[in-house]
Amino acid sequence: MKNRVDFTAAVENEMEWRLPSLSVNEGIARAGVALFCAQLNPTALELADIKCAVSEAVTNCIVHAYRDTVGEIRITVKLCEGRLISIEIRDRGCGIADVKQAREPLFTTDAEGERSGMGFTVMESFCDELRVSSRPGKGTAVTLLKRLHK
Amino acid sequence: MIHNGGQVTYENKGDTLLIRVRGEIDHHSAATVRKSIDDRIVAERPERVLLELSAVDFMDSSGLGLIMGRFALVKQYCGTLAVLDPSPAVIKIMKLAGMERMVSVLRTKSKIEG
Repeated sequence: MKNRVDFTAAVENEMEWRLPSLSVNEGIARAGVALFCAQLNPTALELADIKCAVSEAVTNCIVHAYRDTVGEIRITVKLCEGRLISIEIRDRGCGIADVKQAREPLFTTDAEGERSGMGFTVMESFCDELRVSSRPGKGTAVTLLKRLHK
Repeated sequence: MIHNGGQVTYENKGDTLLIRVRGEIDHHSAATVRKSIDDRIVAERPERVLLELSAVDFMDSSGLGLIMGRFALVKQYCGTLAVLDPSPAVIKIMKLAGMERMVSVLRTKSKIEG
């Protein structure tokens, strides 16, 4: 069990980004977030973990939240005191009826689309903490919390 | 290049079809890769498929779906599929999903001849 991250630390730098939910933006989103985080000089492994977790969250917005439509994905990255990174990925899509169930490994509502159902598990494993808040019909906010090496 | 995914090349070695994927595998690139591979597999129905992933420098869970889908396709006509020389990015996510227990992972290129 990972220790819960204290994210009350002061924000030292911040980026907010809005992207339409087009699949071509998956690569752009993870590359952009990684570029912003690179100023903290993370290890290659830490950066790879961040990219993968961001890719999962953004893909969820495209595949699930805005399934047959295009909507806005808002990404907020905060670099905090003590080498802490908070990445919030928010949509105004369909929302998740049962967040606990959605976070179960291998659970998917889109088996035909060859989704593995491992998105939240990847986010959880590659970060120190994952927070998900969602309201059906209103949207979902996923916050990835990652502490870099000293 | 920000998005560097979807390059697939093929090589036939007897009953084996060697498929090399390079670049980044995510939900966006997986669609193109899937179509290309499925067209080739359906046309040739190779006895053995080797999916070489040594040059994949990024893969998220969309790649897991891609591998499992091809595994199921080949199994339909009693063929076999193995992953060959997975890059660190690939093996990390395969291990997380416990996929090594379902799909064979081969580590050396010399096994193509075996």
